[in-house]
Amino acid sequence: MPDLAYHAPDTIKQATDLLAANKGSRPLAGGTDLIVQMQSGRVAPVAIVDLKRIASLKEIREEAGYFAIGAAVPCTSLKNNKALVAEWPGVVEAANLIGSVQVRNRATMSGNLCNASPAADSVPALVAAGATAIVTGASGEREVPVEQIPTAPGKTSLADGEFVSEIRIPRQQKGGSDAYLRSIPRTEMDIAVVGAAASIVLDASGTCTSARIAVGAVAPTVLLVEDASKALVGSKLDDAAVAKAMAAVSAACNPIDDKRGTVAYRKAMAGVLAKRVIQIARERAGGN
Amino acid sequence: MNAPEPKDAFKVVGTRPIRPDGVEKVTGKAIFGTDYKAANMLHGAIVRSPHPHARIKSIDTSKAEAVPGVKAVITGADFPSLEDIIVRMGESSGSTVDISTNIMAKDTAYYDGHAVAAIAAVTRQAALEAARLVEVDYEILPHVIEMCDAFAADATKIKAAINTVGLGEGEQGRPNASLKFTSAKGVAAAAMANAVHVVSGHYSLKPVHQGYIEPHAAVAAWKADGKLDVWCSSQGQFDVRGLTASVLHLEIGNVRVMPLEIGGGFGGKTTIYLEPVAALLSKKSGQPVRVAMTREEVFRATGPAPGGEIDVKLGADADGKLVSAEIEFQYSSGAFGGGDAWAGVMHSVNHYAIEDYKVTGWNVLCNMPKHAAYRAPGAPQINFAVESAMNDLADKIGIDPIELRLKSAVKPGDPSMMGSKFGEIGLIECLEAAKAHPHYSAPLGKNQARGFACGTWMNYGGPSTASVSLADDGSVLVTEGNPDIGGSRASMALMAAETLGVPYEKVNVTIADTSSIGYSMVTGGSRTTYATGIAVIEAAKAVINILRERAAKMWETDVANIEWIDGSAVCTDADNAGKSFTLAQIAAKAGATGGPIAFENGVNPLQHLPGYGAHICDVEVDKETGNVSVVRYTVVQDVGRAIHPAYVEGQMQGGAVQGIGWALNEAYIYNKDGRLDNAGFLDYRIPVASDMPMIDTVMVEKPNPGHPYGVKGVGEVPIVPPLAAVGTAVSRAVGKPMRSLPISPDKVYAALNGG
Amino acid sequence: MSRNHVTTTVNGDEREFLCSPGQTLLDALRDELGMTGSKEGCGSGDCGACTVVLDGEMVCSCLVLASEAQGRRVETIEGIAEGSQLHPVQQKFLENAALQCGFCTPGFIVASKALLDKNPNPTETEVRYWLAGNLCRCTGYDKIVRAVMDAAAELRQERTAA
Repeated sequence: MPDLAYHAPDTIKQATDLLAANKGSRPLAGGTDLIVQMQSGRVAPVAIVDLKRIASLKEIREEAGYFAIGAAVPCTSLKNNKALVAEWPGVVEAANLIGSVQVRNRATMSGNLCNASPAADSVPALVAAGATAIVTGASGEREVPVEQIPTAPGKTSLADGEFVSEIRIPRQQKGGSDAYLRSIPRTEMDIAVVGAAASIVLDASGTCTSARIAVGAVAPTVLLVEDASKALVGSKLDDAAVAKAMAAVSAACNPIDDKRGTVAYRKAMAGVLAKRVIQIARERAGGN
Repeated sequence: MNAPEPKDAFKVVGTRPIRPDGVEKVTGKAIFGTDYKAANMLHGAIVRSPHPHARIKSIDTSKAEAVPGVKAVITGADFPSLEDIIVRMGESSGSTVDISTNIMAKDTAYYDGHAVAAIAAVTRQAALEAARLVEVDYEILPHVIEMCDAFAADATKIKAAINTVGLGEGEQGRPNASLKFTSAKGVAAAAMANAVHVVSGHYSLKPVHQGYIEPHAAVAAWKADGKLDVWCSSQGQFDVRGLTASVLHLEIGNVRVMPLEIGGGFGGKTTIYLEPVAALLSKKSGQPVRVAMTREEVFRATGPAPGGEIDVKLGADADGKLVSAEIEFQYSSGAFGGGDAWAGVMHSVNHYAIEDYKVTGWNVLCNMPKHAAYRAPGAPQINFAVESAMNDLADKIGIDPIELRLKSAVKPGDPSMMGSKFGEIGLIECLEAAKAHPHYSAPLGKNQARGFACGTWMNYGGPSTASVSLADDGSVLVTEGNPDIGGSRASMALMAAETLGVPYEKVNVTIADTSSIGYSMVTGGSRTTYATGIAVIEAAKAVINILRERAAKMWETDVANIEWIDGSAVCTDADNAGKSFTLAQIAAKAGATGGPIAFENGVNPLQHLPGYGAHICDVEVDKETGNVSVVRYTVVQDVGRAIHPAYVEGQMQGGAVQGIGWALNEAYIYNKDGRLDNAGFLDYRIPVASDMPMIDTVMVEKPNPGHPYGVKGVGEVPIVPPLAAVGTAVSRAVGKPMRSLPISPDKVYAALNGG
Repeated sequence: MSRNHVTTTVNGDEREFLCSPGQTLLDALRDELGMTGSKEGCGSGDCGACTVVLDGEMVCSCLVLASEAQGRRVETIEGIAEGSQLHPVQQKFLENAALQCGFCTPGFIVASKALLDKNPNPTETEVRYWLAGNLCRCTGYDKIVRAVMDAAAELRQERTAA
């Protein structure tokens, strides 16, 4: 077994240099997936590059157009940013359903995204929110929609040596809000059997001007259901529109039978949860 | 034995003092299985089969041996061959061949996770690396996991030779059955034909794990003189000693087992997995070796309680009195014989007086780990079926479920399924208390429903040893041989203090190693407070007699003139009338009056009584998702007499929550390749704090005349009724019978949507 | 194999140890520092028996690399009591019989204290969700939740009196 090395760089430049220099190395943010995978022997990186000593990655910045959430910001810290909670309560809730308090004090949304589990809780909420990821590597930065990061279970579009340094969530529009719910057999400590997020914008009359519905654990990657948006935009989110969106969500699902749930149950739950998150988001957005 | 003393006579029994080992456990100082470290100790790792059934053609350990730091490698070939001897192992029994084979495969791996080789190295990392380099050449054989497959007449036989018990000529067509056992009375079929009300159903349960939080661990030191020292956590150091000696062909006296604190067992630590492995690695390396399991190994290689397939038919007369029961079921036992079918039969209708019944149980082998005892082993499964059927019967007749049960509930003097007459059992008192409890009549909210069930466990007594000795300042030292798994040091100290008439705080309790006290059977079978308690009480009484003799010497009078009152010897002869010496005063003079004051006492009490419990469960069902929340739960139980009521309540609450987990979420899940798919706490879902409400408890105290303070076993009963209580509550909320556990959200959803 | 030298503060004391790069903080506490109060029940962050407080936040020490502890503050079960004076959480666990086998207890006590440090007046629901990452198989959680609520009440009283 090759020796493993641990590095804790202070700057992004040092981190990208280390990742570039050590082929087969892995960035470490919260470690709640990576360390488990290392312990069980599923992954055997040659080097660990700990991002948590890089000051800029531990911040949440409130820019004019977006929130920038550093790669080393643990999920529980999101709750301390009042503006973020006010504008994107669903994103903050989604990130704070992962594991336990102990886990969320370590786990990060960037890590949740790059672990590329179809059941990742924060990802549907980020997709619904229209978030992007800043992908950093030796050759610089690029900004990509978060839904383009995971490509298959456990696989990402990141090139060797690249890592997600920041997640950007646009500032909420007037009349907009979001919500995330998941289906699990227990009340905590479970992986989502299905997760669903809605990001809704209502105009002054209560008409939906924008809707993004994303579901997790029902396909190899998180799905953004365009047909659900079509069903909702232009409506007042009345029962008929919501029912159409539910049907669109269930139809879009392409789940598998596994130890956590069946195909039929997942399809049905995707619709039910979609309905519920639309309702919650609508209420939060000021609709009736 | 005399009748138990009245409750109001007690000074300390029935109080709730802080347990003697408490401070060590809340400060992290207590030494559990993996905490013990021997000088110059090596670290073990076990190579496990990834196949559910495979012949081991060869094992090449050369690359593993070449890893720097590796000191020993063993395989099944390093184990002594064994004759087939039945040995005692707590609540179950098994052959040493099976136990040895389960500990390490010899020629065949019988389940995913079956140990095939082991390594000892200077670091755990080196041992793990070497374990990865052991090359095993397997010939993969067909496997059978599910009960319906294993019990089929044309099933793949998983073992060439299965020891069969009770299988007649006509039943040999079940290739994987190891036991068929029937208990019958009267003519069940004829009585069923005459019944006015009949209900029937098929019930299914998956295997479940005990789920103790502490993984198994053992340290063994094979000494130069050929003797073996073992440090481990278990439910009984003496049975670890006996089984280890059997497997290794050692004289029992040459094996010494030091008990460490045990991090939960629930029956699963009444057997051995690691001790002989650590011992053989130590023998080969010449150094102490620790072998510890990961959580994944715990799930793949230890535990489970049997899954079951159960057919129940109950018949009642017009009034609702049970007139017949016809029950047949199969329990899985893993890849080895033995199993819980006998106990399943004997707990099926042992809470009802029925003139005619026939109950048949089978043990069936499959490619899973060897089954292990789990809290009331064999009883919860059959109780789920019988009590669910009772609730169906109540619905059918249109009678209250508790009223229905009162018509048939067993009472003292009734014949038991075991063939004896029941003693002072308390089922009727439990049913009455449940009926009177505000919970039973409380209004239900929207989407809520209530389930009720009662159940029983036979409990046990059996061999225990305890000693009581005094220090010359009056300190009382109690030494026992039973690991403290949930507060038993406190109950022993309370009983010793009560008997001697000294404050609880004066009593110190030690759990001794196997060379320091006489044999004590495992902490299991709900036997410890009862049987070991009697050993302690009788030893304390013997010490009182010694104290009276010493006091007589001090007053130069006859011992007949000395009475023991409230911790003091009181003289009744004319010269010294009314004078007294305290225990401490007599102990201080021990040297001058005859030497040390101590008494060791071995007992084998068998006047234990079966325990009974009645549970009420309210659930709320999310009709859109199928999620079930337990919103209110009440446990009523006849506890005989609660020595330390808080720890008795704890048993009731903990058992109930294990049963709730069993009912709703817990199950072994195998993939199509026969590999365990949920070998971790993430996907083997035991209840978490946010899943549960407070668990209300009602202790019915109907003392056991066979114990000086009235103790009945309390540990196992509370896991028996929850399966049917929860299942019935969900069935009622859903409007359809839920007869397959676990009642997961997808099953509820399917039932709600016409599935 | 290369070993990393780590200097960290454990329960207020500066400690040093050598660890392999892949070694967890839990293993370092137990094997390098001999502090076996933090338990390994799962090794995957699912049981909470290894809960410690790292720079003020509770974490599973099995999900932290030992090397990460360089220059940080670690608080473990061994540091909860002040000498022989038990913390109210510990005392209430004893008084409420909130432990049976005691194996999960250190993790529960560290987690419960962490809760009360942040929220002196939690509801029962808040206690249950905060402790959802700590598995107990013996008690059914009832007496644990009561102990934490009791400890919270006592701590509030102490604060008022002070």
